[in-house]
Amino acid sequence: MDKKNMKTMTAKDLQHVSAGARIMGILVKIVTYAFLITMALVVLFPFYWMIISSLKSEVEYRATIPTFWPQQFIWGNYGQAFKDGNLLQLFKNTAYVGIVSTFLSLVITVLSAFAFARLEFKGKDALFAALLATMMIPGELFTITNYITVNRLGWLNSFEALIIPFLVSVFYIYLLKQNFMQIPNELYLAAKVDGTSDIKYLWKVMIPLALPTLISITILKMMGAWNSYIWPKLVANREDMWLVTNGLRNAFTTAEGQANYPVQMAAVAIVSAPLFMVFLFLRKYIMAGVSRSGIKG
Amino acid sequence: MVESKHQWKAWLYLAPAIILLLVFTVWPIINTVAMAFQNGYNALAAKRGASFDIGIQNFIDVLGYGSFLKNLLNTMLLCVATVPLSTMLALLIAVALNSIKPMQKFLQTIFFLPYVTNSIAIGMVFAAMFNIIGLRGGGSMADTWGIVNNFLMLLGFEPINWINQGSDYWANIVVMVVYIVWNALPFKILILLGGLQSINKQYYDAARVDGTARRRVLTRITVPLLSPMLAYVIITGFIGGFKEYSSIVGIFGETMGPPAAAGRLNTMVGFIYDSLATSSQGKASAAALILFGIILVVTMINLQVSKKRVHY
Repeated sequence: MDKKNMKTMTAKDLQHVSAGARIMGILVKIVTYAFLITMALVVLFPFYWMIISSLKSEVEYRATIPTFWPQQFIWGNYGQAFKDGNLLQLFKNTAYVGIVSTFLSLVITVLSAFAFARLEFKGKDALFAALLATMMIPGELFTITNYITVNRLGWLNSFEALIIPFLVSVFYIYLLKQNFMQIPNELYLAAKVDGTSDIKYLWKVMIPLALPTLISITILKMMGAWNSYIWPKLVANREDMWLVTNGLRNAFTTAEGQANYPVQMAAVAIVSAPLFMVFLFLRKYIMAGVSRSGIKG
Repeated sequence: MVESKHQWKAWLYLAPAIILLLVFTVWPIINTVAMAFQNGYNALAAKRGASFDIGIQNFIDVLGYGSFLKNLLNTMLLCVATVPLSTMLALLIAVALNSIKPMQKFLQTIFFLPYVTNSIAIGMVFAAMFNIIGLRGGGSMADTWGIVNNFLMLLGFEPINWINQGSDYWANIVVMVVYIVWNALPFKILILLGGLQSINKQYYDAARVDGTARRRVLTRITVPLLSPMLAYVIITGFIGGFKEYSSIVGIFGETMGPPAAAGRLNTMVGFIYDSLATSSQGKASAAALILFGIILVVTMINLQVSKKRVHY
């Protein structure tokens, strides 16, 4: 076999392989899309089922052969869910706790992160390391004593109990400190030379530059209030102090299982709606915050 | 940097955080350990001036309870079943998502959707999907079998009593696994996809030039280069799994089990709160320390394994 012949053979072979590979590639694409779309449908199905169930009549919901689209839209289920679940009161409580705790938490986080990122003081590194160390301990360990503390302070069934114990998040301080450190120190020194106060510098320079992180913290904190269940259940057993999740779980559970399911699903949909709204408009910040934190709320 | 005479300023800014942390984080750590080692500690009695012997009776009591061991078993079972399953599924989805262009952003958004839900609220939806209404005739007839059973029957299977009265323990566990995996996917997909997108494309180009088979590319390039992220989602998955509680409340309610079998699916965290409710803070503290110990050991093991397997 001479050299020239061998070369053309290889080229032909390559062409052959690449045609096969192309078919293979298309097949792989089809399988990939089929898999992803199937999984997406599985992920979405509970939401779909929640919404159509919330609009069915009770008779249709109990039909032996399920319907995948309501025969008749019973919008009244939503009104009844609001009434039966006392959702308005729950929303008010949750919004109050969410807004106040987010605001106070942001102030505390910004001040601490600023101190750690920009100021020099004795024991800074040791203090920061100690703070980080507390992150390893599961929250359940704090809950027992915090319950006793809150009880001794006379805070049971009060907003103080729902807000104050969780105002400081070491993780948020850490996150914001990292962000602040990226801002050149020269800016701060220049501001000092100009006689700008720390607070003004924070407000005019640091906060605008760290805004995405602050928005992430705000959203995660609000979601935390919206989803918290265990702590509110412990410290606020009076019905007018319930937060949304506690009210939801208690209002529609009957021992005999004779609940009106469409109304229950309507209540679940109402409670889920604000979260979806936030997700729809602020997805970028949530995903950025979550990928760095790994914590829910 | 800044003049040291302004040190007081730093402490002023840090004061709110430090005061709150001392009261609600540092003190609880000390107090929980203290309570755990006082035999039969009870906060109400302590307030009245009672004193307790120092010892390890709380730990002995907790470990001696049948219910604690059952709760521990439930927790471990759910962990062992859900962490590998959700990690594998998330890896497949992330790799698939990373390999496509059209619809990638759209599908990514859909897969993240379960993250922004209230785990109790959506638990109630899952419960509705598995729920049988009007079961009668010794379990042979019902008004509604529930949509999951409807699908099973469509495929020619017998309907299963998943969560109702008289349901099997393993059926309950399957429901919990499905729900927990569904809930755990978004975070894992987000992290793994982020990791995949940061892998240097040159590795894949080199593999293509060499004509490496797709499966080999996955096991020899993608997984090793993704191993730090994989280790991260597995470790956080185990930590979260050992603290499982509210997803069970979502499906079964505060009874933590189907009717007539209340507490059957209770977990470690549930045990701690139950002890608190009966005012046995000493035992609750001991259980919390045991939970912390288990999480610590599991995390150490995970880190040891990943030391050998993870390529940085």
